[in-house]
Amino acid sequence: MNLIWFLMISFGIVVAIITGKTEIINQVIIKDSQEAVIFAIGLTGIMAFWLGLMNIAKKSGLINNLASLMKPITKLLFPDIPQNHPAISAIMMNMVANMFGAGNSATALGIKAMEELQGLNKNKAVATNAMCMFLVINMSSIQLIPLTVLKVRADTGSLMPTEIISTTILATAVSTIVGVVVCKLLEVRRR
Amino acid sequence: MTKYITYTSVFAIPIMITIILVHGYVKGVSMYDAFVEGAAEGFKTAIRIMPYLIAIFIAIGLMRGSGAIYYLVRGLRPITSLLGIPGEILPLALMKPISGSGSLAVLQDILVHNGPDSFVGRVASTMMGSSETIFYTMAVYYGTIGIKKSRHTIPSALVAHLAAILAAVFFCKILLSQ
Repeated sequence: MNLIWFLMISFGIVVAIITGKTEIINQVIIKDSQEAVIFAIGLTGIMAFWLGLMNIAKKSGLINNLASLMKPITKLLFPDIPQNHPAISAIMMNMVANMFGAGNSATALGIKAMEELQGLNKNKAVATNAMCMFLVINMSSIQLIPLTVLKVRADTGSLMPTEIISTTILATAVSTIVGVVVCKLLEVRRR
Repeated sequence: MTKYITYTSVFAIPIMITIILVHGYVKGVSMYDAFVEGAAEGFKTAIRIMPYLIAIFIAIGLMRGSGAIYYLVRGLRPITSLLGIPGEILPLALMKPISGSGSLAVLQDILVHNGPDSFVGRVASTMMGSSETIFYTMAVYYGTIGIKKSRHTIPSALVAHLAAILAAVFFCKILLSQ
């Protein structure tokens, strides 16, 4: 992350200087830092909502039920997470929200899952196997209705905006499977 | 088929909320207090992720604003054409892991120039829906909890991203090319 961040910043600045667009650097710093704060604040409301609901689910025991129901899958993907740990239910809810394109709700639940996983982590600065696996699944996760894509297609005059839903589901399934397999392989190698 | 998927999508979140609330009520949880207590956590998290968001937003902004992303795309073109990926969708394939809003602009551009119902348009649309913004997602999630070494996250995610691109080309070829 350190190297990537450094490369992105320096490459951007160098290109801006070479192409004579140095004033862009200032604009980006002002505009994007502000945008980041606005985004975080925008996330606060939906985050509070889902964490509030999850707290109800936790107290009622629903989360434990869900976790034991999902045991076979989670045992395979996340062998390091203890059974019935709250991380599992947060991961599951994030996946559901992701699949149905719930956007910021998914982000809120995902952050919650990450915090739970960090509680299990011995070395707080280094990602665990479970974190890598969760993120890879999250990034390539199946989205049933890619709403924004459908909107752009409709806006640009497509006769069949929805025809890409089937190909999207298939492609995303392939990428999730590949991601999980690669993640598992790299896990073993580095142990 | 599509119709049913749309229905489930619309109802998934309301159903999730209803189940949680009804279950809580049946079990006699003092729900109002539990909700407020949980919601308070949301604010702490939002403030904690802010510095990480600023870091990644500025890095992405500089890459995009300076045009550096387009040089990167040009540099990688020989590799992707070797893999049979249509040249027109290349900018999208490279932009998607970096920036969500940036890739949406690229998608729009591709659809306007090639037509949304062309082969390239379909591949681009499929790709957009089936891959994620890797670096952004990573910055938000790892940033929140202070992870500095991401280990095999990026390699796995990039391979999955490449698989999504190739699968998009493949499935559009066999399913949508009448």
